[in-house]
Amino acid sequence: MQRVLVMLPVAVVIVIGGFFLWGLNPDRDPNAIPSALVSHPAPAFELDAVDGVDVPGLKTADLAAAGEPVLVNVFASWCVPCRAEHKVLTRLAASEGFPLFGINYKDKPEAARDWLNELGNPYQRIGSDLSGRAGIEWGISGVPESFLVNAEGTVVWRYVGPIASAQAQDELRDALAAARAAGAGS
Amino acid sequence: MRQVLAVCLIALASVAAAVEPDEILDDPALEARARDISRDIRCVVCQNEPIDSSNAGVARDLRILIRERLVAGDSDAEVVQYLVDRYGDYVLFKPPFKPTTYALWLAPFALLGLGGMAAASALRRRKAGTAPEGLSPEDEAKVGELMARFDAEMDKKDT
Repeated sequence: MQRVLVMLPVAVVIVIGGFFLWGLNPDRDPNAIPSALVSHPAPAFELDAVDGVDVPGLKTADLAAAGEPVLVNVFASWCVPCRAEHKVLTRLAASEGFPLFGINYKDKPEAARDWLNELGNPYQRIGSDLSGRAGIEWGISGVPESFLVNAEGTVVWRYVGPIASAQAQDELRDALAAARAAGAGS
Repeated sequence: MRQVLAVCLIALASVAAAVEPDEILDDPALEARARDISRDIRCVVCQNEPIDSSNAGVARDLRILIRERLVAGDSDAEVVQYLVDRYGDYVLFKPPFKPTTYALWLAPFALLGLGGMAAASALRRRKAGTAPEGLSPEDEAKVGELMARFDAEMDKKDT
């Protein structure tokens, strides 16, 4: 008993030190919000096309209908990081060959149309979420935000913020490869 | 007078919230329930603020959503569950009691119990160890002999 008690302070220091080590990890983002959606089916939503944009609207059934992993990107013309992300997503969608769907979050149709005319439209489908209700269904906290949905319509990956850094692009490639491998295996 | 004014202003500050007039429901009972719910829902943008006092766009959307669900006849628990389904337990300021949160809820009591046990055993040991012990007969004799020698030395010095 005595010997056990002697070791107790050491054990306490190790436990507390472990927490400190975990807290100091530079890869850990204390503001990251765990997504309730990952590994769950994509939420039910149905959005009309953006007025004046010649791609169809987006609804839940479209996600699984693609038959392969798709990236759903929540964007808006008023969102500056979306502009930064746009070029990267356009390039990645072409080079990695995944269908890119958009949710135009709380955006005026004219503004969205001008934005897409100026920057180009990499989206195969765009749903216009004027009320922001579909955004809540997806559990977003802001724009941009992206979700990878696998061939079964299950959300497998989520990214908060612009997919612009090399790290974010690698994360997307890894998630895409994993989703494709899982799809091929089943 | 100024103190009265200060007290009034402080009291006002505590009721001030981000809830905007157009959100407020006509039915005061429903509105009160909505306020109660939104006080315990974390805003996902400004993370340490409840949606009740947050000015973020998503917080406003969620406040309106809560009121819509209440008007539609949902119970408080159903409304909270609706939000948890979309945003996870993270949006609750008061996490639920379930297997993944047992450590969170029970650790303080476990630590208190451990500390109490340690304190009790330490106190018991101190009580047992402080009983005064007399000198053994040999020591008593030795002390007596030394005292006698000391007295003799002193007597010698005096003379």
